[in-house]
Amino acid sequence: MKHLLTIEQLSREEMDAVLDRAESFAEVGRRDIKKVPTLRGRTVVSLFYESSTRTSSSFELAAKRLSADLISIKAAGSSVDKGESLKDTVATLSAYDPAAIVIRHPHAGAAQLVAGWSEAAVINAGDGKHAHPSQALLDVFTLRRRLGDLEGKRIWIVGDVLHSRVARSNLTAFRAMGAEVTVCGPPTLIPRGIEELGCEVAHSLDRLGDADVVYALRMQNERMAESFVPSIREYAAHFQIDSRRLGPRQLLMHPGPVNRGVELSGEVIDSPQSLMAEQVASGLVVRMAILYELLAASGDRSEPAAGERDEGAPGRPTPIGQPA
Amino acid sequence: MSAATVGEALDARPVESASLLLREATVLDPVAGIDAHHDVVIRDGRIAELAAPGTVDDDSLETIDAAGLHAFPAFFDPHVHLRVPGQEHKEDIETGTRAAAAGGYCGVIAMANTTPPVSTAADVEALREAAREGASVPTGFLATVTRGMEGAELTDMSELREAGALGFSDDGLPIRSARIMRRALQYQRLCGGTIALHEEDPELSGEGVMHEGPVSAALGLTGVPSVSESTMIARDAELARYEGGRIHVQHLSAAESVEAVRAARAAGVEISAEASPHHLCLTDEAVRSLDASRHKMNPPLRAESDREALIEGLRDGTVDCIATDHAPHAPEEKEVPFEGAAMGVTGLETAFAAIHTDLVLPGTIELSLLVERLAGGAAPFGLERPTLAPGSEANIALCDLAAEWTVGEDGYESRSSNSWCAGRELTGRVVVTIAGGGVAFRLRSFSMGVAS
Repeated sequence: MKHLLTIEQLSREEMDAVLDRAESFAEVGRRDIKKVPTLRGRTVVSLFYESSTRTSSSFELAAKRLSADLISIKAAGSSVDKGESLKDTVATLSAYDPAAIVIRHPHAGAAQLVAGWSEAAVINAGDGKHAHPSQALLDVFTLRRRLGDLEGKRIWIVGDVLHSRVARSNLTAFRAMGAEVTVCGPPTLIPRGIEELGCEVAHSLDRLGDADVVYALRMQNERMAESFVPSIREYAAHFQIDSRRLGPRQLLMHPGPVNRGVELSGEVIDSPQSLMAEQVASGLVVRMAILYELLAASGDRSEPAAGERDEGAPGRPTPIGQPA
Repeated sequence: MSAATVGEALDARPVESASLLLREATVLDPVAGIDAHHDVVIRDGRIAELAAPGTVDDDSLETIDAAGLHAFPAFFDPHVHLRVPGQEHKEDIETGTRAAAAGGYCGVIAMANTTPPVSTAADVEALREAAREGASVPTGFLATVTRGMEGAELTDMSELREAGALGFSDDGLPIRSARIMRRALQYQRLCGGTIALHEEDPELSGEGVMHEGPVSAALGLTGVPSVSESTMIARDAELARYEGGRIHVQHLSAAESVEAVRAARAAGVEISAEASPHHLCLTDEAVRSLDASRHKMNPPLRAESDREALIEGLRDGTVDCIATDHAPHAPEEKEVPFEGAAMGVTGLETAFAAIHTDLVLPGTIELSLLVERLAGGAAPFGLERPTLAPGSEANIALCDLAAEWTVGEDGYESRSSNSWCAGRELTGRVVVTIAGGGVAFRLRSFSMGVAS
């Protein structure tokens, strides 16, 4: 895999390679020295045109844990703010010869364009409402750890599907792993024609009991002003996941940040069914795995992940188990 | 009342009247009922004679060996953007009309959504003057319906007509207010001039950037529902019926819209309609590429069922003409992520070849239907349809239907390269265009006079 642009572009083997690699990084994460030398001397650019806390921080920490040099650019305060085009910004950054560019952009297709303009491996950290593949991979990783396998599992994605890149990438990834997906929300927030992606559509939580996993999406307050929902109160009355609706055997996920009391009630966030803290932890190791697979694995899937090879074999990436 | 020809009514740089012999051409003019091999004799810019093939020998005529080539009535495009004044980095009258000539067009009508928009008589006069200096093919100009395209007040429609505006359009934007639309139709009774309409209800299209359907759902792009177009057509057709007005619906894209035009015509409304080559050849599936340069335009590419409805409209005459909506944009306006990119694609240089390749060669439509509809844009604006009937002004597209070429391989005549079929291999090419009686284009690799 040369870039990570969308889930659709990944084969099942490539997804499994990232997930398996993330398992080995989870092991490394339990050691005292969490840093490995894999990407020593290589540069990772983090280019964020939208505000983000967890995605940017986990990609940046992932790059640092792999010993890469990191350039972090936020739209505010940079030349981007002064009207420089994306193409010109990428041309400028290319002078640093980055190994990877992690980009978030408010418009669809930004990462794909950058991939065409740069020699670097490009990671889509969210483009418009289009795709957020690293989120989908970390969510699959989190579920795989908890459930072992997603085959035949029933997952409900609940909320503002229309405006959610997470919903689209996760739907595709969950389906690729064998799960059955239902998207649920008010008709105004479910995109027309989404069932052609291979999911069921529901407009009420009446059958939520069928679900093994409930994946709630963030409900933004501005959707009210645009008449997508009459009021947050009415939305919550119909679609909030609370302890009455969430059964004891069901798992709860959310990409964060949560609007407490809107899409989720306070008590379910803090309940034992909630995987939200695990999602954040998975975010780091999965993003390390993505960087590793793109920059160090060179397509050699049989390469041992941790501590099984001599340090610094010429022309080969340093095994990730060795301390930097 | 006989309508004026494109050469008489529109403005172009003066050229020598052609005196040519197209020897042994395959002549096809379905409206005039001509479909045979002929020696086409053109004298002083008029079609003097359609003689039996191989019978004319006249040293006073430049002779073109047209054996194996097709002579069609030249095409007429009632919907192009020449970007003058104010957006000359995208296109100007010279480059835009060179593109038209290369595409086999004998005339074009330029839209008024320029910077500033064409809203005063002085604007129209300046454009006509510029066309007389630099246009390769006869060019007509529309003025805006509302002052500055702001949708609030009518322009001085009568004065604009006297200055030579061929009609009116706020193309690029709909006329949001039904009251203003009605007033324009009332005023049309005084001043004439077809009103051409970009039909879109902005309340429904909103921030949409592509057709609303499964593809927009998959891509997470905001959709433009088909009904944002058809509901406005229905509104304006009702207003036109009530006021006895004359309207032309631009760039139909949706099946519902074709149905709305068909119903209006059946109800007696004076309504005509156009469809673009890209809407006839592509669907929203193409948008999966997220290639804004080729596939972002307004109205958007729609579903296969919409494309089929447009083709059916071409067949039954609901769609009078094919119009390119040639919309040049600079690379920096297109090489950006999808939502941020400018809307529109170029089409003048490829319209015939693309539809020939995608619809005629596979047998979806007849060649004669394509030829008829490519010249169908003149009549809705009160101009005589280009014809090959003897005695007519010479407006001829000479085409090699077997020629294979790659779009953009030698660059473009247009200043911009945002062609919807850039890089595609097409079959069929215009080799000579005669417009308004003069030679407007000769394909460089096609040598003239070798047969003499």
